[in-house]
Parts: sequence; structure tokens; C-alpha cells
Amino acid sequence: MKEFRFALRRTVPVLCGYVFLGLAFGLLLQQAGFGPVWALGISTLVYAGSMQFVLVDLLKAGVGLLSCALMTLSVNSRHIFYGVSFVEKFRQFGAARPYLIFSLTDETYSLLCSLKIPAGLREKPVYLWIALLDQLWWVSGSVLGAALGQIIPFDLTGIDFAMTALFVTIFTEQWLTAKDHFPALFGLGCGAAALLLLGPDRFLIPALAAAAAGLWLRQSRTTREEAAP
Amino acid sequence: MNQTVYAAALVGVAALCTLLTRALPFVLLGGKKELSPRMQAVSRTLPAAVMALLVIYCLRGTGFAAPAQWLPAFAGVAATAALHVWKRSELLSIGGGTLCYMLLLRLL
Repeated sequence: MKEFRFALRRTVPVLCGYVFLGLAFGLLLQQAGFGPVWALGISTLVYAGSMQFVLVDLLKAGVGLLSCALMTLSVNSRHIFYGVSFVEKFRQFGAARPYLIFSLTDETYSLLCSLKIPAGLREKPVYLWIALLDQLWWVSGSVLGAALGQIIPFDLTGIDFAMTALFVTIFTEQWLTAKDHFPALFGLGCGAAALLLLGPDRFLIPALAAAAAGLWLRQSRTTREEAAP
Repeated sequence: MNQTVYAAALVGVAALCTLLTRALPFVLLGGKKELSPRMQAVSRTLPAAVMALLVIYCLRGTGFAAPAQWLPAFAGVAATAALHVWKRSELLSIGGGTLCYMLLLRLL
């Protein structure tokens, strides 16, 4: 239970972001002619924020299955870089491992990367609760959006900025904790350069690839320097 | 093809391809063998770079024609970071930054 409470607190920022982004998704889906049951199914099985928005367009346009596959692979290819950080960690998690891999969204990845588990709490339930609660927030938001349609009582425009703020907070926390600021600065540099060169729609994957390659090359250099007499 | 069957098939394809992108690193690197020390170092340093990229990703659509287009987002980011350096309380940083963004969105 202590693990659940700790995980619940950690997921509050994601709750703010996911419920409202989920609402927006459910609303779009409903306008495209698919009700709450579809929202439930898609958010449970696909569970990928930006891809689900694209999926609504694909459903409306009636594209072929192959186009849908290619589109999904390209929109979600950033996830390939996330798993690298958890290959070793998830090994110990046994039966929970497949679900943790399936549910590794941008936000869950960010929470798990920045996790500092207090002494006395078991690691596996904390990881699992965070992953499960995040998906629960996403599913709830999207089903609610599809069910309610347009009737949302207050003007909450901009609340989804909580997601950006979550990433900024984790970035800042990592910056304050880290001795070596090169990875953060290098990431910023790769992102800025790729954004200027390739534009907002295509910059992310090249930037991720460049950042991973750069960190790999730098590591091989430092390892060699350490090995040298 | 029946409309419902088509939609279900499309959802199934999207679900499978999403899972594929998430599982790929575990399939490629997750065997019995430990990661090489170099790969372990990359796995430790990559999150900081990814977080920087995700921030840029969230701001990618920002326009610069008028202050009302970029000021709320940039002030929101600055407020979030400043609050975090000051108090290091995650909920305060995220809540304050988001509030700042939402207010400026309405005032400008």
C-alpha cells in the first residue's frame, strides 16, 4: 500500500496531462463517429498519445492497413530509444516485464527515469503502479471525452501544458543532480539544430539518433582515455 | 470491407506496430547477456538528452510572429524551471508553470 501511495503521488502531473489530452482524443474520436467503447479499446490496446490522434485521421480517411503500419512505426519510432535505459532494470521484474515494456510512453518513461524510491519501498510494485495508474488516467480521459462529447463545464484550455512542465521539471531535476551536464546540453544542441534544419514535423527522430550516437562515441573516447596509462 | 471490421483491423495494426517500437530494444539487447559497459553508460546518459528533446518537441509548434504566440509557453517553461530550482517540489513546479501558461494565454 505504501508503494501505491508513493506511485499515486508521482503520477499526479501525468494525471493532469493525460486526462485532458485523453478528453481531447475522446472528443475527436466521437466526432469521427466512434463512441466510448472504441475510446476504451484504442486507449487500452494502442496506448500511444500522439499516435492515437493520428489514428483518428487515418480512420476518417479510410487508409490501408499497410499505410497505417508505416505511419505508426514512424510516429512511434522515438520509443526505440527509451527501452535502452530499462533493458537491465526490467530484467528483474519477471511477469511484470511485458506490461512495463508495452506501457512505456513518453510520460511513464520520464517518471521512471527520474524515480528515486525511498528506503523501505519495494521497487517492482512502484514501477508497476506508476505504469498502471498512468494508463488508467489516459483511458479514463479518453472514455470520458468520447462519452461527454462537447459538454465540458469549464474552460481548461492550456491545462495540457502540464505535460511540457513535467518534462521541464525532470530536465531541471536531472540538471541539478548531475555532475556531467554534457548529455543534457548535447540533447538541447541536437534538438535545436535538427529543428532548424528539418522543421517541426521531422526533427525528433534524427535528433534522437544523433544524440544517442554522440553519447556512444563520447563514451568510447572516455573509456579509452581511462584505460590509457 | 465492413466498416467495423476495417476500423478494428486498423486499431489492431496500430497497437501491434506501437508495441513493436517499444519492444525492439528489449528484443535486441535484452538477452541473457549483460549490456556492454559502453552501452550501459549510454543507457544512463541518454535520458538527460531525451528529456531536453521532449521539451523541444512540446514547443515545436510555437510561432514567433507576435509575443502572444510564444510568450505563454516560454514564460511557462521558465517559471517551471525557476520554481524547481527554488523549491525542488515537482508538483509546485508543474502546477505553477502550468498556471502561469494558462494565465498568460488568457491575458495576452
